[in-house]
Amino acid sequence: MTVLLSGWGRTAPSAARVVRPRDAAQVAQVLAGAGPRGALPRGLGRSYGDAAQDAGGTVLDCTGLTGPVRFDAARGEVTAAAGVPLGRLADALLPHGHVLPVVPGTGYVTLGGAIAADVHGKNHHADSSLGAHVRSLALVTPDGAVRLVGPGGAGRPEDGPDGVTDDDPELFWATVGGMGLTGVVTGATLATLPVETAFARVDTDRTADLDATLDLLSRESGHRYSVAWIDLPGGGRSVVSRADHAHVGDLSLAARRAPLRGGAAGPAATVPFTAPAGLFNRWTVGAFNRAYYHRAPRRRRGQIQPLAAFFHPLDGLRAWNRAYGPAGAVQYQCVVPPGEEDTLRAVAAELARVPTFLGVLKRMGESTPGPLSFPRPGWTLAVDVPADLPGLRELLDRLDRRVLEAGGRLYLAKDARARPGTIRAMYPGLPDWRRTCARADPDGVMVSDLARRLGLRARPEKE
Amino acid sequence: MRDAVGSVRSVLLLGGRSEIGLAVVERLVREGAREVVLAARGGTELPGVLDAPGLQVHSLEFDASLPETHADTVARAVELVGDLDVVVDAFGVLGDQAAYEADPVAAARDSAVNYTGHVSVDLAAAARLREQGHGTLVVLSSIAGVRTRRFNFVYGSAKAGLDGFAQGLGDALHGSGARVLVVRPGYVPTQMSRHVDPAPFPATPAQVAAAVARGLRTGAHTVWAPPVLRPLFTVLRTLPRPLWRRLSR
Ligand SMILES: Cc1cc2nc3c(=O)[nH]c(=O)nc-3n(C[C@H](O)[C@H](O)[C@H](O)COP(=O)(O)OP(=O)(O)OC[C@H]3O[C@@H](n4cnc5c(N)ncnc54)[C@H](O)[C@@H]3O)c2cc1C
Ligand SMILES: NC(=O)c1ccc[n+]([C@@H]2O[C@H](COP(=O)([O-])OP(=O)(O)OC[C@H]3O[C@@H](n4cnc5c(N)ncnc54)[C@H](OP(=O)(O)O)[C@@H]3O)[C@@H](O)[C@H]2O)c1
Repeated sequence: MTVLLSGWGRTAPSAARVVRPRDAAQVAQVLAGAGPRGALPRGLGRSYGDAAQDAGGTVLDCTGLTGPVRFDAARGEVTAAAGVPLGRLADALLPHGHVLPVVPGTGYVTLGGAIAADVHGKNHHADSSLGAHVRSLALVTPDGAVRLVGPGGAGRPEDGPDGVTDDDPELFWATVGGMGLTGVVTGATLATLPVETAFARVDTDRTADLDATLDLLSRESGHRYSVAWIDLPGGGRSVVSRADHAHVGDLSLAARRAPLRGGAAGPAATVPFTAPAGLFNRWTVGAFNRAYYHRAPRRRRGQIQPLAAFFHPLDGLRAWNRAYGPAGAVQYQCVVPPGEEDTLRAVAAELARVPTFLGVLKRMGESTPGPLSFPRPGWTLAVDVPADLPGLRELLDRLDRRVLEAGGRLYLAKDARARPGTIRAMYPGLPDWRRTCARADPDGVMVSDLARRLGLRARPEKE
Repeated sequence: MRDAVGSVRSVLLLGGRSEIGLAVVERLVREGAREVVLAARGGTELPGVLDAPGLQVHSLEFDASLPETHADTVARAVELVGDLDVVVDAFGVLGDQAAYEADPVAAARDSAVNYTGHVSVDLAAAARLREQGHGTLVVLSSIAGVRTRRFNFVYGSAKAGLDGFAQGLGDALHGSGARVLVVRPGYVPTQMSRHVDPAPFPATPAQVAAAVARGLRTGAHTVWAPPVLRPLFTVLRTLPRPLWRRLSR
């Protein structure tokens, strides 16, 4: 069936034939039958731009790749199919007293999509990105082979429970952060984190401006999780929330009896229709941001919050991207290295002049070896901007130049408009990644609109 | 691919020497396009207005009056640049109404360029856009076709046909990922029109190009240049015939 697909930002849709395989064998079959415009896996479509689209080609809806979630208590590892949403995976783990090592800002992403973007969470400064915790993954390459690949290196069992052949770490790392362009991930095994309760113990602070926000986030407070909801048009004042997993002793006496219950997400409401054009403007976002800021406590310590509510505050509202209106939105997310706070200030100052909903500012820690993996040590800022804002192209091009000069980069899972040359310069590992791709997929079957727009899979440069 | 802010990589211009068409291409290059195909009778030289680092400009033979060659024209453009992100259909002849009335054969010949020439090449381009699952066909219609005038009705009626054809093609492409953008300029002083009396509310080729860029960014199906022509023609379209006849001489 031919379907128009777009990303979460609802910009630049394109049409593709969509099929929904149920297992690795069906995936291999679909890849073998891909036409001249190639094939691409898609998860829950939570990437903002065109990463999960393949115009004129075949898109594999991977949400049909499900199956039992297996938890290995001895190793503290969980194995699941790639189509399982992370929110569901977390719910399945919690009764065992474990949580996912990394969760992004929404639970409505698939395990496969999360690996393909090497997602980061509020604990990146402490725990790195998801790829650092993947023990092995099953990857169907266009030749039809189902490969089990692992990250290589020390500290990893030579033979996993499924007989992991740990022989191709290069392919593993090209897949982690590789945006679906090495093949289709059908399942993965992850390390998990043991916890005592289904709750977070949250400290909240309101800061007056960007400098105060940076200062607070820079402190070595020992919190595992930290994030700032930043009001850029409001001068960078923020609601900073920092948290750890709650211990049993932190809970009320009633909750202590079943400390692993009550952390799951409640039912979600749905935004019923697309907002009228122009609703996303300076006044509406100003009012929203002000209300958010003033509703937060100036300073609160030790609030006990269900994990789902803490990790995914927006998941209580489905299809909220309809609030962007018909033109959709672009999410600008960059990271700049430590010491480049001035670049961050300049970027924030430019973005303060356009209507943006609450942005997210976070500290990042160690990166993974994935050549296309986004995270690197420093500061990451993410904001949504209306796509039809006049002058947006020039504004974001200008920000790109500053970010690039500072040694920073953009996040491919969010990108919908960067220039090929910019991305090439921001990801020096791109030629290596291309070589690995060419090895796994010599005929160039795997392709996306993102890859076409940015020339990601262009022939490897001659050495 | 068109990106979220309306930039594209590749453009095919049908009518590779058209002043308006080249203004559109120049604008798209300024906004990021790097592969350009100019299709014209006998090919065309690289125009000085097109210049940007890394820009590739190709020339292609294209004659609107030879419909049997049109599928091949599109196929060769694809060979040159791959996916066609934007196809700009900007060829046409204005002609002279009095001369047409004296020479009906010439009138029919030019009408074939102004109407059926678009039908064959636009259908071929649309088939390609549908196959690739994305892309925009920009069709230069005219206010002359919104309501035909005694003063240039041979030209105007072909534009009316083209406008209706382009709208229908846009509807046919709905859901395919490809789109049609109908452009309705008023009087634009170019090599085609400089010799005729200027009409009220003129636009420059650059203004038409800006309207096209806006349409690409917002996903509109119709743009007018200048924009005021849209409300104006909403009224003019409803005028009684005798009044229109006198007004539009
Ligand atoms: C509200 C919101 C908050 C977010 N917060 C964060 C955050 O905090 N941190 C963060 O890192 N990201 C965040 N994201 C981005 C999101 O986590 C990533 O875009 C993720 O990739 C989306 O997963 P998905 O299943 O929706 O995949 P899709 O968007 O459908 O696809 C994304 C990419 O993954 C590839 N892919 C999908 N499935 C597979 C598979 N089975 N095998 C191989 N490749 C596959 C696709 O080809 C595509 O390139 C957020 C997004 C939203 C909408
Ligand atoms: N200018 C206006 O006032 C105005 C207003 C509204 C709409 N338009 C429309 O806008 C479009 C562009 O016009 P313009 O002002 O840019 O005029 P232009 O500069 O004269 O361009 C028209 C082009 O059409 C080409 N052409 C004519 N017959 C052809 C044929 N048989 N095969 C291939 N190409 C052919 C001409 O090519 P050669 O160089 O080979 O002759 C010329 O380059 C036209 O469709 C026109 O009708 C113009």
